[in-house]
Amino acid sequence: MGELRLMKGNEALAEAAIRAGMDAYFGYPITPQSEVLEYLTREGYNRTKCTILQAESEIASINMVYGAAGAGARVMTSSSSPGISLMQEGLSYIAGAELPCLVVNINRGGPGLGTIQPSQGDYFQSVKGGGHGDYRLIVLAPATVQEMADFVEEGWDLADKYRNPVMMLSDGALGQMMEKVELREQRDRTARKAPEWATTGKPVERDRNFITSLFIKPEEMEQVNLHLQEKYRTIEANEIRVQEMDTEDADFIIVAYGLSARIGHKVMEIMRAEGVKVGLIRPITLWPYPYATIAKAAEHVKGFLSLELNAGQMVEDVRLAVNGRCPVGHYGRMGGIIPSPEEVVEVLKDMYSKIQ
Amino acid sequence: MENSMHEVEHHYDEMSVVCERPSTLLDARMHYCPGCGHGVAHRILMEAIEELGIQEQTVGVAPVGCSVFAYHYMNVDMQEAAHGRATAVATGIKRCLPDKYVYTYQGDGDLAAIGTGETVHTVNRGENILIVFINNAIYGMTGGQMAPTTLLEQKTSTTPYGRESSFMGNPLKITELLAQLPGAFYVTRQAVNTPVNVRRAKKALLNALKYQKLNKGTCMVEIVSNCPTNWGMKPVEANEWLVENMLPYYPLGDMKVPSKEDIENA
Repeated sequence: MGELRLMKGNEALAEAAIRAGMDAYFGYPITPQSEVLEYLTREGYNRTKCTILQAESEIASINMVYGAAGAGARVMTSSSSPGISLMQEGLSYIAGAELPCLVVNINRGGPGLGTIQPSQGDYFQSVKGGGHGDYRLIVLAPATVQEMADFVEEGWDLADKYRNPVMMLSDGALGQMMEKVELREQRDRTARKAPEWATTGKPVERDRNFITSLFIKPEEMEQVNLHLQEKYRTIEANEIRVQEMDTEDADFIIVAYGLSARIGHKVMEIMRAEGVKVGLIRPITLWPYPYATIAKAAEHVKGFLSLELNAGQMVEDVRLAVNGRCPVGHYGRMGGIIPSPEEVVEVLKDMYSKIQ
Repeated sequence: MENSMHEVEHHYDEMSVVCERPSTLLDARMHYCPGCGHGVAHRILMEAIEELGIQEQTVGVAPVGCSVFAYHYMNVDMQEAAHGRATAVATGIKRCLPDKYVYTYQGDGDLAAIGTGETVHTVNRGENILIVFINNAIYGMTGGQMAPTTLLEQKTSTTPYGRESSFMGNPLKITELLAQLPGAFYVTRQAVNTPVNVRRAKKALLNALKYQKLNKGTCMVEIVSNCPTNWGMKPVEANEWLVENMLPYYPLGDMKVPSKEDIENA
């Protein structure tokens, strides 16, 4: 059993990053995630001599991440929606240059400056590619403070394994809420060696290393793209993570991730108490997406409800998976409003009565 | 025939090498236009790195612009940055590898237009890096558009009637601006239009790299350069135009030099 603490999601994330052997963090203040930068400036260097730097913008932050990742460091940045929008160019470069790093989005309501309250309005941006070009981020969606801590090291391990940026897509509620969290042991960050491709200075015995996403000859650029696509297919084959709850006997399934999955879980309990067999599928990786899990369930259920804090984004992937075999509905609140389980129960009952 | 070959080889044996490619430059054909200052600037930077014996400890950052392919010529570990973000990338590298020598090599559009924010804040933090700034008053790679450093009345493809200050602002003396910041340790403006200036510019690069080990702040070497192709001139004419037009507005010389105490106390 690791050390138990009562922590905010943002603080648990920061603490987990220190313990996972983070070499560097670059970030810029934005609500509702500023605790990450505050916690790390207070604790990070003092404990592991890691680099913690408040950058002048999110644009600078993500490009510092690029430089540090290229130099072989275990590196992270975090922000919230408008700041993540500013990072999209950098993320595209990082994906193109195949650099491992962790980027955390504490999603808030938009569009524009929006609100500081929780939202899942950045699903499209996260999983469909918010920047230019054909690339993918591995996207992890925590639903608890515990997962906000756990997915830090797991995210970095995935990033290193595939030389690919990993995004943790959380939200303002998970970032701000306090829960019990079990923390892992402190890793020795000096034990981790820089990868052989990193720009650490060219010894005589090897050719220079260079980090780039520029391939001006179309024949080369196509080969790089084909290589990336092959990598993405490997990730799709190996790294899908999904939680199924009471789906085996279910007549109806709620699909929800992150905070919405917690509401969906309560909805499921209420419905089951009333004798309606409702199940829950919680995608943990939003890319790669658990299409097969949903498709399999579509063979025996009467319908799906995609529950999201947005106008209906993930529902498109649910429909792709279901492929017309049964009705797929969506329910969501926007602008920082979180629906109550009772509100969703009414929606679900209405939908369920129509497909009976 | 065999005899003559033997004679030739013998002849070579008696010759001594007076000029060769530094080991820090790769044996590659550069894509730069004839007469362009980039080739000379690349060479003196890499000669400085060779002479200091720091090739193994150096990491460079290439920009977006004509020198976007610098990593195909410079034989050190390098990263290619997004447009304008070279000093942010260099910050990330240097903070993680504080014992290495880190430099950026950037043009005027990269450093003084799209990357102004990153440049100012990098120097303001006093990052212990070298910024090599090539100022030729034009966007070369994209075909000769107005740069932040384009002179008044200078014609470019986006100032076809000449740059006019009330409409397009004034040529930005960003190096003077950066020299005001406490984080700047050594700031100088050089040129590579004459042999004397090339030697002076190389000396400045050598000093700037040496200073990096002092961990006292950012070193910046601006090199006033040319662009014969997009200025629409022959190389010799371009260098004459540089002397007559660029140097009066961008005068050569040191803007900030370390004091003796700075160096001795380090």
